Amino acid sequence: MRQMRPVVITGGRIVTTGGVIDGTVRLVHGLIDAAGPDVEVQDGDEAIDARGKLVAPGLVDFGVFAIDKPAFHFGGITRAALMPDQSLPLDHPSRVNFIAKSGKPDLWVHPLAAATRGLAGSELAEVALMRDAGARGVASGRRWIGDSGVMLSLLQYAAMLDLVVVAHAEDAALAGEAAATAGEIATRLGIPSAPAEAETLALARDIALAEMNGARIHFRQVTTAAGFELVRQAKSRGIAITCGITPAHFMLSDLETADFRTFARLSPPLRSEADRQAARAAIADGTVDVIASGHDPRGAEDKRLPFADAAPGMAGAETLLAMTLGLVRDEVIDTSRAFELLAAKPAELLGVEAGRIEPGYEADIAIIDPDAPWIIDRSRMKATADNTPFDRQGTQGRVTHLIKGGIAIAR
Amino acid sequence: MHDGLSVMHGSTKGRAERYGVSMDHTFPPAASDRFPGGRLAFPHRDLTGIGHLERHEILYLLHEAQQWVELNRRSAKHAGLLSGLTIINAFFEASTRTLLSFEIAGKRLGADVVNMHAAQSSVKKGETLIDTAITLNAMRADAIVIRHGSSGATQLIADKVDCPVLNAGDGSHEHPTQALLDALALREALVRRGEDSEDFTGLTVTICGDILHSRVARSNILCLTAMGANVRVCSPPALMPAGVAAMGATPFLDFDEALAGTDVVMMLRLQTERMAGQFIPSAREYHHLYGLTSARLQQAAPDALVMHPGPMNRGVEIDSDVADMLDRSIVTQQVEMGVAIRMACLDVLTRTARGVEGWENEA
Repeated sequence: MRQMRPVVITGGRIVTTGGVIDGTVRLVHGLIDAAGPDVEVQDGDEAIDARGKLVAPGLVDFGVFAIDKPAFHFGGITRAALMPDQSLPLDHPSRVNFIAKSGKPDLWVHPLAAATRGLAGSELAEVALMRDAGARGVASGRRWIGDSGVMLSLLQYAAMLDLVVVAHAEDAALAGEAAATAGEIATRLGIPSAPAEAETLALARDIALAEMNGARIHFRQVTTAAGFELVRQAKSRGIAITCGITPAHFMLSDLETADFRTFARLSPPLRSEADRQAARAAIADGTVDVIASGHDPRGAEDKRLPFADAAPGMAGAETLLAMTLGLVRDEVIDTSRAFELLAAKPAELLGVEAGRIEPGYEADIAIIDPDAPWIIDRSRMKATADNTPFDRQGTQGRVTHLIKGGIAIAR
Repeated sequence: MHDGLSVMHGSTKGRAERYGVSMDHTFPPAASDRFPGGRLAFPHRDLTGIGHLERHEILYLLHEAQQWVELNRRSAKHAGLLSGLTIINAFFEASTRTLLSFEIAGKRLGADVVNMHAAQSSVKKGETLIDTAITLNAMRADAIVIRHGSSGATQLIADKVDCPVLNAGDGSHEHPTQALLDALALREALVRRGEDSEDFTGLTVTICGDILHSRVARSNILCLTAMGANVRVCSPPALMPAGVAAMGATPFLDFDEALAGTDVVMMLRLQTERMAGQFIPSAREYHHLYGLTSARLQQAAPDALVMHPGPMNRGVEIDSDVADMLDRSIVTQQVEMGVAIRMACLDVLTRTARGVEGWENEA
């Protein structure tokens, strides 16, 4: 399906990397033709009135575990990078190829290839073949690659292929079967826990290995004060390192797990309040590059279990935008930085011409009422499962129109 | 010993006569002076942990248990209080003494007691815990006693059933009846020594062993501190949980320091699988640093009491001569109090269902 008629979005506040400007966005042949105050509406253009709304790039959700179109569209997500942790791991070119085509036309899915066969962490998978089959990065999956030799080979190989390596920063031996961060809450509940330093250890090793060969490494989630400090230092040395976070780790702390609430069982686990504050500071000072949903819908069979037996993960696609706009309302970041975290930067990591409102970029647009209030209600979610840790929380910010490649998506 | 029966609320009045329990003691003082009446004395449907209880609620359960201590020492040990009621002991984890104790407690109160062992249950066939809970609920149990290997499992089941649920140990979380029976055994021992005190204010208790994995330690820290004791916990660093000080206990790595001047030493069982090198090098080395020997016991307060929730690894965490000291070790009294405590818990938690006056559900 191709965009037949030019579309103009008028009257809105356009979110650009330089700031928010009043103006018109014109979309032609699936691409952004022009954006700004001087753009003229031409005869035959289809007009969308965006008065009072934000006209923002469609979100690029970096690192989801399931393709969940209704939830993505509700949340303004037009592209998603899919983690290789599927029932059959994305460690084979044909699976990657299949996934790369799976969401089109109204959702583009960018597969992240499994770094190792079966995600077992021991033998490199066919990364180059998977790149050519459509993989936009290579990921260690939910787990850390414990073998430093394998990790070094991976980083060297990915550097040669110019693929970003997406890593999970939790030292596997230290984390073990832990379901919580060591501390008072885990001790009171009697839940197996690991010290927050499991993250620092993993980061320090992977940064050192990446530094050896100039590989691009992206830590999908950094969640501790000490972890952000390591990333900050590495960036100041000029290493090609980026990191992300999900709203859970800047909104919630391990207090949320009291009463054994399994919807708050995440990987990495929720951290202390001090780490949560450090996360907000790291988002504010530019240490964090990406905010992603980590969307991982889990049904009752995975979640209605004793805490440590429950599967980690949260359904986050629907709340990603509202939670990030919360950071704008709290004056942690401004609006244009919010969309750099949600769209521009993740698109850049994936090497796709999207995530920005600039001429020549993909016409993926979310028109957003940033102040619209709503209550997160797990019984009314679009996702395939209702495991949100934000249930019953009031929030603000909703997508009113979503456009993928110049074509409006019915939602 | 104290009876605790003469002062009960309306419909249980006269229970002393019915069961022939003597009523001629004055300590502790009458319940009506110390506890709120009826359901307010224990306004919980379930007993999932000590962490949910107020100090006066703990004291109330201990008070209620004392009548059953007396009954249990008689040759005819039957009370028909719970006759016609069905109690299911659902044990998803192996247990001998706790299961036996709950079974005896239920039977002495006249209830029909059914034991469900995970080994012979549909759990082995892959049924989820929630489905098992729903199944138990459909069988109209009047109380369900649960032991499970995962922390929080009891709460999960309690949320799904309509009857009172008693936690008989969930993972590393809590084992509330163990802490209550420990408190009762300790209080009895203190009373025998002429220290008539309702709580443990001023008493120093040292808990030594695998604190990290121990639900007994957690429940005891909560129970003992609620009753005013100073609690010390002692273990090798790998078995000491983070943030234990926030629960009100003072952590020690050196056993001799922890023992200095302590009034009570509570030794915990060290699971054999923890001795294999991951947490500590060997059982022999553990005994060298943390084994309670009679020589070590000298550093505690004179006449310090020795406790152990059992079963004991003699020669590992405790030497036989210490375990068997008649004047110091109250290990067998702990077991004895276990039945009384569980009778009290079953009685109190089923009062609403039995329509005991003052224990009706709030409208």
